[in-house]
Amino acid sequence: MSRVLAWIDRRFPLSRLIRESMTEYYAPKNFNFWYFFGSLALLVFAMQVITGIFLLAHYQPSASKAFDSIQTIMYDVKWGWLIRYLHTTGASFFFIVIYLHMLRGYLYGSYRKPRELLWIVGFVIYVCLMAEAYFGYVLPFGNMSYWGGEVITSIVGAIPYAGSWLASLARGGFGIGTATLNRFMAFHAVLVPALLGLLVVAHVLALHETGSNNPDGIEIREHLGPDGKPLDGIPFHPYYTVKDIMGVGVFLIALSLVVFYAPTVHGLFIETYNYIPANPLQTPPDVTPAWYLAPYYAMLRAIPDKKLGILVLFLAIAAPFFLPWLDRNPRAKSIRYRPVYLAMVVVLVACLLVLGWIGMQPASPALLPPARIGLALYFLFFASLPFVSRIEPTRPVPDRLRM
Amino acid sequence: MVGALGCAGLAVPFVKSLEPDASVAAAATTVADLTGIAPGMQMTLSWQDKPVIIVHRTPEMIASLKEVEPQLADPNCTVPQQPPYAKNIYRSIKPEWLVMVRVCTHLCCIPLFKPAPGSVEPGWDGGFHCPCHGSLYDLSGRVYKNVPAPRNMAIPEYRFVDGGKKVEITAMYPEAKLC
Repeated sequence: MSRVLAWIDRRFPLSRLIRESMTEYYAPKNFNFWYFFGSLALLVFAMQVITGIFLLAHYQPSASKAFDSIQTIMYDVKWGWLIRYLHTTGASFFFIVIYLHMLRGYLYGSYRKPRELLWIVGFVIYVCLMAEAYFGYVLPFGNMSYWGGEVITSIVGAIPYAGSWLASLARGGFGIGTATLNRFMAFHAVLVPALLGLLVVAHVLALHETGSNNPDGIEIREHLGPDGKPLDGIPFHPYYTVKDIMGVGVFLIALSLVVFYAPTVHGLFIETYNYIPANPLQTPPDVTPAWYLAPYYAMLRAIPDKKLGILVLFLAIAAPFFLPWLDRNPRAKSIRYRPVYLAMVVVLVACLLVLGWIGMQPASPALLPPARIGLALYFLFFASLPFVSRIEPTRPVPDRLRM
Repeated sequence: MVGALGCAGLAVPFVKSLEPDASVAAAATTVADLTGIAPGMQMTLSWQDKPVIIVHRTPEMIASLKEVEPQLADPNCTVPQQPPYAKNIYRSIKPEWLVMVRVCTHLCCIPLFKPAPGSVEPGWDGGFHCPCHGSLYDLSGRVYKNVPAPRNMAIPEYRFVDGGKKVEITAMYPEAKLC
């Protein structure tokens, strides 16, 4: 065994990779609950790729066959229902995991110097994930798929000058049809997953370059022992691999509960109107997006002007990109030492939850004022951060990790 | 520099390949037979994957177009939602025939055809009612005031063929916006 390893190591840095990224990668010793979600995101990504490959074995990307091929998977393909439900549930769980992972970054200032690029790569992963989810949403070609596809491509069409050309590029025809399904499948199954894979590698590389942040927001690499290793660090393997496996166990239990007992979650994970085949001549009573995009949709609808609404939508998505430069607290990163910033994050999360709920309701004038308040508070978070972070009261930050 | 230009040039066929292909262009026009549509009736057909409604308006329906004008946002059709030859209160070439893309200009829903007076609300003169967000249009597809939809519904380019027995819907009027 050791001779085989030596043979490989002379030709490929296998042992060195394991050493540098696992057994001698020193992570802060105080990781808590919030640090499960990075490895869980990796797990869901792998699960989506594997289930996706098996779905591709049966799915037919054409306007006349797509919907029926999904029914074939559900009823005629052996275990097809399980593979499809794992894929649809995985999509929603991907967003749950990613949102908690992003919230961790907000809480502990993980986007701050020197982790700006780590944050930005993660942000691009999130944007790719939204595109991936959208393309996947259209493929089953139910009536929500059709009208969701129609609404989003018409948002592309609202871009000045090149909009209608871009929309026709996206659709490949006058409406959402066979040409659209084929190109969306190419994006969903090849282009975006390949991009995501590369970005995930870049994300992990950047993480291992800067080292992980931690709940205290203190750099452990500033306190090295005589052996040159961080005093407050422990090797990722075995300590955090074991911790992450515990997280995987809990995660798989939650996933199984949904897959086996409530795969549609009452129209939340799979929308009810998507059990009706696509019909270009009939709109569902309410075109509402999947839950994970609902806050943005509520923002879009809160603006009475169509072009301005789309601009606000793009700004809302882009705002977190700039977070590393908006937060300017010179003394502390983590909420543990920043009570005002903590309150701001709590308000931000509350806004997004309320906006998400509004985005899934039928459009009604009664919901406009709360949607506009939520929208204003969302942008106020980013707009006020540069000023608040400089003057906010900051508790004394300890030198070493508290534990 | 030259290499970058070469790459940009090479991208052209790849991007162009994503444009609608010849079969889509071939299916771009639709001919509808008008002989089966009695006065007061409508027919909705699929043209370029969009619903197009053809309404055979009765003299009463045509008369209602004048009456509703005070309630309309753009009664004189100043927003170019129709070809110049349909820029009149009938929004059509012949007053009795309305040919219109039946897509609400608000969020792309398909409005219901409600020709009977009083069928949507008391005092209703007949027209279109969008079930999604409540936008109202008259029997020419002109939008009411104080509803979510911003514009009149779009009129495509069309012409009468076969001595007026058929209508050929040829193209989307370029300046018209759907939703």
